[in-house]
Amino acid sequence: MAFIDYYKILEVDKKATEAEIKKAYRKLARKYHPDLNPNDKEAEKKFKEINEANEVLSHAENRKKYDDYGENWQHAEEFEKSKQQRQYHENGQQGGFSGGGFSGGGDFSDFFESMFGGRASGGGGRRSGQFKGQDFNAELHLELKDVFTTHKRTLTINGKNIRITIPAGVENGQQIKISGMGGEGSSGGPKGDLYLTFTVANHTNFKLDKHNLYSTVDLDLYSALLGGEITADTFDGKVKLTVKPGTQNGTKVKLKGKGFPVYKKEGEFGDLYLTYQIQIPTNLSEKEKELFTELATLRKL
Amino acid sequence: MKMENLIPIPELCILYTVELSFFTNLSEMGLLEIKTIESKEYIDSDAIYEIEKIIRIHKELDVNIAGIDVVLNLLQKIDGLHNELNTLRNRLRLYES
Repeated sequence: MAFIDYYKILEVDKKATEAEIKKAYRKLARKYHPDLNPNDKEAEKKFKEINEANEVLSHAENRKKYDDYGENWQHAEEFEKSKQQRQYHENGQQGGFSGGGFSGGGDFSDFFESMFGGRASGGGGRRSGQFKGQDFNAELHLELKDVFTTHKRTLTINGKNIRITIPAGVENGQQIKISGMGGEGSSGGPKGDLYLTFTVANHTNFKLDKHNLYSTVDLDLYSALLGGEITADTFDGKVKLTVKPGTQNGTKVKLKGKGFPVYKKEGEFGDLYLTYQIQIPTNLSEKEKELFTELATLRKL
Repeated sequence: MKMENLIPIPELCILYTVELSFFTNLSEMGLLEIKTIESKEYIDSDAIYEIEKIIRIHKELDVNIAGIDVVLNLLQKIDGLHNELNTLRNRLRLYES
């Protein structure tokens, strides 16, 4: 367990007055407040730290104890434990201090707990005055082929199994809100929500841009020259294509509606763009060389 | 209209320890829709998330209602930019792989 420098966290001097501490705390709280920094874990951590620092430095009794023992806090532990116990007896349920400012929405550090004996303000880590249940955040890693079709999946969130429908066409990095799948509300309040962020990895031969898919198709030299029929892969099957005689390398073919499904628009798909990549034969046999040379001479005439 | 989705404002005032006028002011600012049924005022439970956020910003950061309106507008703007950034990032992946 490491010593925590609360003065450093609040960016104040050790001699800072009560007003200076309050001001510093307010300023940092405005900067790192979770409501102003949604989905920012770093800000959330910082916010917890400044709340803990404030809990100590803004209460004269806590601050004095912190200053007295400082980095030698470990020696204080035993003595304080017995003192704390006595206090609990005297005050009943009430702990050593009452929560000023506001609750940080999480537990305090081990350092804090060992020095001040845990949090006294009730609520078990809940934000003050919260009626609606806590919102949960979760991340779901999927493969691109998983999100080609709408499917159901069972997730375990905070030890509870929930079954959700993942709509086709969910994008990488997209966040969806699943109402009522968060924590229980208090005093009959509504349940919290679940915010699910999707990470979609693409290990296919197709590139995805919005709803359109892009891929290359190998085309043999002879089909390119003379035309013909080839089979190409689409995302979920195969398709027959007619190749025109004299097809150039890099020619693009657009297959309407063969792209990726559009999120929440059933039956709507993007397009598939195929680019022909003409394969030039290598390791020619003597006979082939002879014939190609003949062809070359014919062209020059 | 389903009554079960409606929460009486006086109940919320007790829960959040705010004045009745707080909700009226929010409504005047266009941040909240108050529903009146038989001269009783209610709030749709879907709005709770937003209300709790507003109350936290108001109480914990000492921001007045006009300030909250500004904050919420900016947050909405950030959200839009975040979505755009995500789309652009996905598009960039096309060229990086």
